[in-house]
Amino acid sequence: MADEALFLLLHNEMVSGVYKSAEQGEMENGRCITKLENMGFRVGQGLIERFTKDTARFKDELDIMKFICKDFWTTVFKKQIDNLRTNHQGIYVLQDNKFRLLTQMSAGKQYLEHASKYLAFTCGLIRGGLSNLGIKSIVTAEVSSMPACKFQVMIQKL
Amino acid sequence: MSRQANRGTESKKMSSELFTLTYGALVTQLCKDYENDEDVNKQLDKILFFCFLPRGYNIGVRLIEDFLARSNVGKCHDFRETADVIAKVAFKMYLGITPSITNWSPAGDEFSLILENNPLVDFVELPDNHSSLIYSNLLCGVLRGALEMVQMAVEAKFIQDTLKGDGVTEIRMRFIRRIEDNLPAGEE
Repeated sequence: MADEALFLLLHNEMVSGVYKSAEQGEMENGRCITKLENMGFRVGQGLIERFTKDTARFKDELDIMKFICKDFWTTVFKKQIDNLRTNHQGIYVLQDNKFRLLTQMSAGKQYLEHASKYLAFTCGLIRGGLSNLGIKSIVTAEVSSMPACKFQVMIQKL
Repeated sequence: MSRQANRGTESKKMSSELFTLTYGALVTQLCKDYENDEDVNKQLDKILFFCFLPRGYNIGVRLIEDFLARSNVGKCHDFRETADVIAKVAFKMYLGITPSITNWSPAGDEFSLILENNPLVDFVELPDNHSSLIYSNLLCGVLRGALEMVQMAVEAKFIQDTLKGDGVTEIRMRFIRRIEDNLPAGEE
C-alpha cells in the first residue's frame, strides 16, 4: 500500500514541475492548468475502472455522483465530500470543507492565489472518473477560504 | 449494498493504485512534453532520466521528516543498519513491499536492494521508442534525498529492471561520505 504522504508529495512535485517548465518556456498559466487537468483525467479514468469492477450497477446520474462523493473521495482523499448540491438539471456542486491537497497551505491568505494550481489535477480526476462511467462533463473549482473548496460539475448532455 | 461490503480491503489497495496511476500520468506527460520539442527529441531518454531524479530528490527531502516522525526509528550505527531500515521499515511503510538486501561489497559501503515486485510499474509496459527510459528512477531520487537529510551522501541507481526484461528490479546503493554539518566559523 502506498502511503498517503507519498501521493501528496508527488502531487506537489507535479504542480511545481509543470510550473517550472512553464517558466523556462513561454507557456501561459492556462496551459499548465490544462496539463495538470489532463494528468488527472487519465488517473481518474484508470481509478474508476479499477474501483467499480465489483460494484452494483448505478441507478442514475445522482447515484453516480453519490458514489464519487463517498467511495471515490474517501479512497483518494480519506474523507467524504461534505456537501453535494444539485439543481437537477445537470449541475452538481461538491463542497469539501477541508480539502486534503490544500490543508498544508491554508494557514493564512498568503497562498490563496496559488490554490487553483492545486485543484486542477482533482478537476481532471472527477472528469476522468465520470467520463468512464459514460458521463461527459466540465469540472471547475473555486476556493474562497482555504482549505474549503467547491467543485462544480456541469454535465454535458449528449 | 455489495458496494459497501468490500470497501475496507479495497481502499488500501486503491490508494496504492492512485499513486501508481498518478506517477504513470506524470511520466507520460513528461514523455509528451519532450517529444513536442524537436531539438530535445534526440536526447529524449537522457533528459527523461534526469527529470525524475530531482523530483524524487525533492520528495525524499520532505519524506524523511514524515518517516522519522512516524517510524520511531533511532539512529543507525552503520550502513548495514541503514540498509535494514530502508528495506524493512521505509519500503514497507510507503510502498508495502520489503526488498531483500544482497551483494554487499567487501568494504560494506555498497549493497543492492532487490525488489521482487515494484508497485510503480503495476500497469506499465515500455513502448519500443522509450526502451531505454528508466521508468522508476524517481525511487533513486527519493532515496538520495532522504538520506542526504540524515547526513549521508549516497548514490543510487537501477542496474536491473523488470520493465526491461530482467527477472527482478535491483537498485544499487553506494555510500559516498558522511556530510558534516558546516557551522559558520566562530559558532558552536
